[in-house]
Amino acid sequence: MTLFWSIFVTVVTLGTLLGSYWLLTATRKGEVKGGAELEKEHSFDGITELETPLPRWWYYLFIFTIVFSCGYLVLFPGLGNYPGVLGWTSTNQWEGEVAKAAERYNPLFERYRDTPLLALTEDRKAMRMGQRIFGNYCAQCHGSAAQGAHGFPNLRDHDWIWGNSAAQIQTSIRNGRQAAMPSWAAPLGEEGVTAMAQYVRSLSGAPHDAALAAEAAPKYAMFCVACHGPEGKGNVALGAPNLTDNIWLYGGAADQIAFTLRHGRNGQMPAHEGVLDDARIHLVAAYVLSLSEAASQPSGAMAAGQ
Amino acid sequence: MNHDLIERKTGLMVALIIGVISLGGLVEILPLFSSEETTTPLAGLKPLPALELEGRDIYIREGCHVCHTQMVRPLRTETERYGHYSVAGESVYEHPFLWGSKRTGPDLARVGGRYSDDWQRAHLYNPRAVVPESTMPAFPWLFERQLDGGDTAAKMKALATVGVPYTDADMAGAQKAVQGHTEADALVAYLQQLGTLLSRR
Repeated sequence: MTLFWSIFVTVVTLGTLLGSYWLLTATRKGEVKGGAELEKEHSFDGITELETPLPRWWYYLFIFTIVFSCGYLVLFPGLGNYPGVLGWTSTNQWEGEVAKAAERYNPLFERYRDTPLLALTEDRKAMRMGQRIFGNYCAQCHGSAAQGAHGFPNLRDHDWIWGNSAAQIQTSIRNGRQAAMPSWAAPLGEEGVTAMAQYVRSLSGAPHDAALAAEAAPKYAMFCVACHGPEGKGNVALGAPNLTDNIWLYGGAADQIAFTLRHGRNGQMPAHEGVLDDARIHLVAAYVLSLSEAASQPSGAMAAGQ
Repeated sequence: MNHDLIERKTGLMVALIIGVISLGGLVEILPLFSSEETTTPLAGLKPLPALELEGRDIYIREGCHVCHTQMVRPLRTETERYGHYSVAGESVYEHPFLWGSKRTGPDLARVGGRYSDDWQRAHLYNPRAVVPESTMPAFPWLFERQLDGGDTAAKMKALATVGVPYTDADMAGAQKAVQGHTEADALVAYLQQLGTLLSRR
C-alpha cells in the first residue's frame, strides 16, 4: 500500500471509532433519566416516544467494543501499513498450521516408508491409511472401490497395464502415464479394422469370425506386434495392454475394439508428484497392490508384471 | 444533540446512512484498486487463449460457478486438498472473477492437470459414469454444439478495454482457433489450465 492509502485507511478507521464514540456520548447527553416525553405529537395509539437513556450495561457494552477495537488495532494489522504488534499475517498463520500438521502427521506416514510394498499389504493399519489416500486422490477416476470405469483401469484384477513391481506402481503414481495408441484407420482401412477387431477377439478366445481373423493375422504381425507383442501379451514398458486376458479397458465387443483401432487411444494418468509426497505415494502404492489378488500370492506377485 | 433533526429530514438520514455504511468499503475495497499486490499480474500470467476464453464463457453460461468456487483459502485443510492458496495476482485478467461463494462441488481453482482430458470429457458427459456417487448434473449437449468463433475476437476486444493485454494477432487468429471445436473441447481446455501457474504445493 502506498503512503497515501496507508494514511487514508488509518484516518478513516480511527475516524470511524472516534465518530462512534462521539455519537454514543453526544446522543446520551440529550436523554433525560426517568423518561421525559420527547414530543407530544410523537404518539401513536397511545404509545409515545421517550427520551430514556440506554440502559447502563448497554452503554458500557458499546464502550467495550470501542476499547476492544483499539486493542485489536494495536495487535493486528488494521491501520494501513502498520503490521501490528503480533506480526500476524494470513500467510504466516497458514505456514504455522502447515508446519504443525507436518510435524504431527508426517511421522505417521514416514514410518512405513522403508517397509517393502508387499509386506505393507499385510499391515491392516497401513492399508486403512492407504485407503483414505486412495479415496481422496484416486477414486475420482478409478472408483471408490477401485473398480475402474470405461477407460479407467480396474485395480482389483490381475491385469497390470504398466506393471506391478514397487517401482512401476510408484512411477505410475508419481510421474503419471501417457498411453499412445495411434489411429489405425489409414493403414488398415475400414474393412481391415473390422477384420482386425475379430483377430483381437480371437487372442483371448472370445467368439469371433475365424475367416476375418485369419485375414487380419498378417497385418497384426506387421502393425500391432511392435507394442502388443507376437502373442498379444502386451508390454508393460509401453503400457500396451495384454490382449489375451479378456480384460478390456475400452470394451471388448467387436464394435468397441473397432472404435479403438479406428481412433486410437491416448489414456492418461496425471502425475501426482506435486500432490502426494513420497511417503504417501509409498502407502497408496501398497494399497493398490493389496487390492489385486496378486498380493495374496507373494511368490508370483512381483514377477507377474514382468 | 438533537436527533430529532435527522429523524424528521429523511433525505439527510439517507445521506448519513449511505455515508456510514460506505466507510467499510472505503477502507477495505478502495485501496485495493491501486494496490500493487492486487493489480500486478502473477509472473507468467497470460490472457486466456481463444478456445479457453470460449470455455470460460461456457463455464459461466452453465452456472458452474454456482456450485464450484475458484478460491483456495489460506487454510491448511484447503491447501492440502487443492494445492497452493489463491493469490490476487492470478485473477488480474478475470472479468468478472469466478471466485464464487458456495461449494456444492469441490473448488476448481487448481483443477488444471489434476485429471486427464478423457476423464473431464467422460465426467461432463455423465458424471455418474466415472464417479457413481456424484450429484453433478450431466452436460451432454456440450458435445453436440459446435463453436463458430464469430464473437471470440469481439470478446477479446471488450476484455482489452478493461486492461487484458490481448494483441491484434490474438484477435486475428481467434476465430480460426475456435471454429469447429465443440463446446466440450472449449470447456475442458479452460478447466485444464486453471491454476496451473502456481505449483500445487
